[in-house]
Amino acid sequence: MSAPIHSIRKARVMVGILEDKDRIFTNLYGLQDWGLEGAKARGCWNGTKDILDAGRDWIIENMKNSGLRGRGGAGFSTGLKWSFMPKEVKEGRPHYLVVNADESEPGTCKDREIMRHDPHLLIEGCLIASRAMLAHACYIYIRGEYVFERERLEAAIKQAYEAKLVGKNNVHGWDFDIYVHHGAGAYICGEETALLESLEGKKGQPRLKPPFPAGAGLYGMPTTVNNVESIAVAGTILRRGASWFAGFGRQNNAGTKLFCVSGHVNLPCNVEEAMSIPFRQLMEDHCGGIRGGWGNLKAVIPGGSSVPMIPAEQCEDLPMDFDALRNLKSGLGTAAVIVMDKSTDLVRAIARLSYFYKHESCGQCTPCREGTGWMWRVMERMATGEADPKEIDTLLDVTTQVEGHTICALGDAAAWPIQGLFRHFRHEVEERIASYRSGRLHVQGAKLIAAE
Amino acid sequence: MAIAKVNGVEVEFEPGMTVLQVAELAGEEIPRFCYHERLSIAGNCRMCLVEVKPGPPKPQASCALPAAEGQEIFTNTPMVKKAREGVMEFLLINHPLDCPICDQGGECDLQDQAVGYGRDDSRYDENKRAVEEKAMGPLIKTVMTRCIQCTRCVRFITEVAGSPEIGLISRGEDVEITTYLGAAVTSELSANVIDLCPVGALTSKPYAFEARPWELKKTESIDVMDALGSSIRVDGRANAVLRVLPRINEEVNEEWISDKTRYAVDGLQRQRLDRPYVRVDGKLKPATWAEAFAAVSAKIKATAPERIGVIAGDLQDAESLKATKDLFTALGVKNLDARQDGAALGAGPRESWLFNSTIAGIEDADVVLFVGSNPRLEAPVLNARFRKQWIAGKTRFGVIGEQADLTFDYDYLGAGAKTLSGLAKAKNDFVAALKAAERPAIIIGQGAIARADGAAILKAAAGLAKTFNVVREGWNGWNVLHTAAARVAGLDLGFVPAEGGLAAGDMLKPGAVDVLFLLGADECESAASDAFKIYLGTHGDAGAHKADVILPGAAYTEKNGLYVNTEGRVQMGKRAVFPKGEAKEDWSILRALSETLGHKLPYDSLDQLRAKLFADHPTFGQIDFAPGSVPTVFDLAGIGGEGEATDAPFESPVKAFHLTNPIARASVTMAECAANVSAASKIAAE
Repeated sequence: MSAPIHSIRKARVMVGILEDKDRIFTNLYGLQDWGLEGAKARGCWNGTKDILDAGRDWIIENMKNSGLRGRGGAGFSTGLKWSFMPKEVKEGRPHYLVVNADESEPGTCKDREIMRHDPHLLIEGCLIASRAMLAHACYIYIRGEYVFERERLEAAIKQAYEAKLVGKNNVHGWDFDIYVHHGAGAYICGEETALLESLEGKKGQPRLKPPFPAGAGLYGMPTTVNNVESIAVAGTILRRGASWFAGFGRQNNAGTKLFCVSGHVNLPCNVEEAMSIPFRQLMEDHCGGIRGGWGNLKAVIPGGSSVPMIPAEQCEDLPMDFDALRNLKSGLGTAAVIVMDKSTDLVRAIARLSYFYKHESCGQCTPCREGTGWMWRVMERMATGEADPKEIDTLLDVTTQVEGHTICALGDAAAWPIQGLFRHFRHEVEERIASYRSGRLHVQGAKLIAAE
Repeated sequence: MAIAKVNGVEVEFEPGMTVLQVAELAGEEIPRFCYHERLSIAGNCRMCLVEVKPGPPKPQASCALPAAEGQEIFTNTPMVKKAREGVMEFLLINHPLDCPICDQGGECDLQDQAVGYGRDDSRYDENKRAVEEKAMGPLIKTVMTRCIQCTRCVRFITEVAGSPEIGLISRGEDVEITTYLGAAVTSELSANVIDLCPVGALTSKPYAFEARPWELKKTESIDVMDALGSSIRVDGRANAVLRVLPRINEEVNEEWISDKTRYAVDGLQRQRLDRPYVRVDGKLKPATWAEAFAAVSAKIKATAPERIGVIAGDLQDAESLKATKDLFTALGVKNLDARQDGAALGAGPRESWLFNSTIAGIEDADVVLFVGSNPRLEAPVLNARFRKQWIAGKTRFGVIGEQADLTFDYDYLGAGAKTLSGLAKAKNDFVAALKAAERPAIIIGQGAIARADGAAILKAAAGLAKTFNVVREGWNGWNVLHTAAARVAGLDLGFVPAEGGLAAGDMLKPGAVDVLFLLGADECESAASDAFKIYLGTHGDAGAHKADVILPGAAYTEKNGLYVNTEGRVQMGKRAVFPKGEAKEDWSILRALSETLGHKLPYDSLDQLRAKLFADHPTFGQIDFAPGSVPTVFDLAGIGGEGEATDAPFESPVKAFHLTNPIARASVTMAECAANVSAASKIAAE
């Protein structure tokens, strides 16, 4: 099986939409030197001083014009977010940039590759973003499991310090310190305010908003929390111009994006592509097609485990971008595409995701603490078929009681996959319950793992 | 004033209020569990969800959302109803629903709100979660399966009590409230978490399964365990006090009380003097009132007035002090003292022995200097106010005396009189701050003045107060923090030695007097005296052990009485239950005794006694008025006396917080608490 796949890749000269000259992450696969020399050779740290000297307003204006939407999942305009920071630094109230490298969304592995192979793009982006928000300190909160990535990133930061690219009195004329903080591996610490709590040394539980971090964030100071990818692309965007970046993708969904494709494709991969690339092209050009052919596709979770799945028939002409997916009541999220072919037990898959959210709920607020466990237990019985048909509606009602009633978005993230399943595959669950009941007498007290 | 609409009705509100507060202004009830006015906002129970326009199309937690001009708030829409039902259902799915065997029943927020805002049935068929019990010490009983993780207890103990001993561990549905390493809670305010707990997870251990709230007779009264006079509610059934709860009184105790106030009441059932006793052949024998009075009057009539001494105790009501003073003054006795500990107060203007800034007003002070006081042990509820100021960053504190953990940071200046007298000339940060302060306050504790050189120290403190201009137009920062509930009333009454009379310490010396009348005086060395001792009191404690005649009196829950707290506020205590056995209310005993002594007191009822009291001492008529609330300038020069101050360090009179008076010493619960605290400090010392 493996030989033909390789031949597919080698045989193509040009795949996808994005040309090599337009790639931002030119060392995504680690084929070249990750270090400072290699990064400089690829264009990183080139003209950074000019960008910084252009000033706060120029940077923010260009970031806005580039149409970059936050790559952490919510898709909020990065330039606009930066502009929310106070325009002046008040005495005793320093500004902070915090980079969210707590990449824990199931299916997502883009930030990992950036930190492994292109760490200098991130460091440069941190400097530029800090200049834009008048911060002199940046914290990178890195996921607990990313030990190798942390070491690589720290090594790159050391190189940057030694070359006086960052630090006090650096060649760019903007005093700037960068700190790497290693998390302990809790999913919830990827939520921006829980991340700040964790960074302050407290238990990682989301804060109430308002106040928003731009007003009172890390240690109560103005703070912006950005995803690794959003920051890492900043340098190249400003070097090549906002209009270059805005030239990719459909209206309002600009730029290039790292897609992380996993699941039932012949060649799971991380790939940088233009936004709005048709799903089918993404699969066939980069991933060697769906396992067993296009017709074998059953459903796709297009943006990391938190977003609702979409069935194969909606994927035919689907552009992969924020708006198109939102119109399908799903979302681009982190662009972690989880492909499921017809061999997949969707109910079991979603039950497993429910277990994940039950396990990762911080337990602070009621609907999520109690609801995630409830939803998981019912999903487990749905997966075996032991559940009662009328429980389907109860379960859906419970998801709506969790959704939107919680402090952070984890409640939504736990509810959406289940809603997505029932929106498109309710019949499968009903069939399973029916076959369970017809196969044998309905035995009361059927054993449950979830009950234990 | 801004305007918002609540369910279509316009409401004016102060900017800075939350949506929940604005809705309450409009008269809408918002259900809540985690929100509490005196704690930080957690926003985690999600019960207070309301619909707000403009805003996202989902319900918002009203407790944490700032209200804004022109906002439209809806509390009765289908969205809100559904959200509340959802949250209520989530709270109940893992709740054991064991209301019939739960002590919180009848006063449970979860019960009430489930009825008001919940669904009619449960859709939850899975197994419920069970949580292990936690050991939290002798006061707090836990049934953690009932816990709804609102974290009120965590926030109280961390923010208000200032000893972060309770926390939330684990995550998701496995979160548990627990103490650090399962240790007992040692804070003096710990039992307030029982009141705060909106469910039956933290209930009162000593009161476990004693009664249902609707069986209790509730009496609003005043506490006597310290000199704050906290507002309390005494809950009794038949003739027993079963529990004490705090009442809200913003001026004094906000809504907290100390563990001693709450739990010393089991001492009211133990070691009680319930009938008169007379010592015959060296042994105390039960006697009738007539026999006891005969023994007393025979002895007193046979003794010259200058050989009679009277000492009043710390828990007495003003009426009994007044009756005692009237009776013995009529007999010509000059040896009267209400200061068992020998505190050098009582001369000079009334302001000299009051907490003039007032308990609520001390929050305005910007620099506070403690002299020989440990407020954490002497008045824990007041200490919570200091901590509140400290958290707000409004106040700087300095201490001369014990270097104790006060739950807030302070500048430690020194241990004794030398530091005090040298402070005016000292060059340090704190002194500079004290000089620059707009509202400086000095708080004199009994540890500095209840000693032989107390008068000299008091004079030095007054000198310091003058140097730093502590008493100025519009601000009076001269504060005496008492430890005895009866002390200020005694001083106001002039219950101090008359010209040529002996003070308490002198009366107690062997051979100083022939008859010693102890009015509930248990904190003095009466055993050393060889006089004929008459003890009028409630408990078989130090005073009664060596007494020759015992006259059984009424405890603070068993009589109507006036108490004056440390700030000079006169407050009225109410009778919750009747005195034990043959015991009588103190003033009526004195009235009866006066008749056998041939000096009949001129009042036949408590009302007449009070009328006399108000006539002789008008300050007692000002019920609930704190004189410091209208700051007056007074002369500090007359305070204190001559003498040489020794170098002995100031020590707080409260050594064991839980055992400071006869009621507390008779209490099993207080004994357990004291053992718990001393065990904890022993472990900590290792």
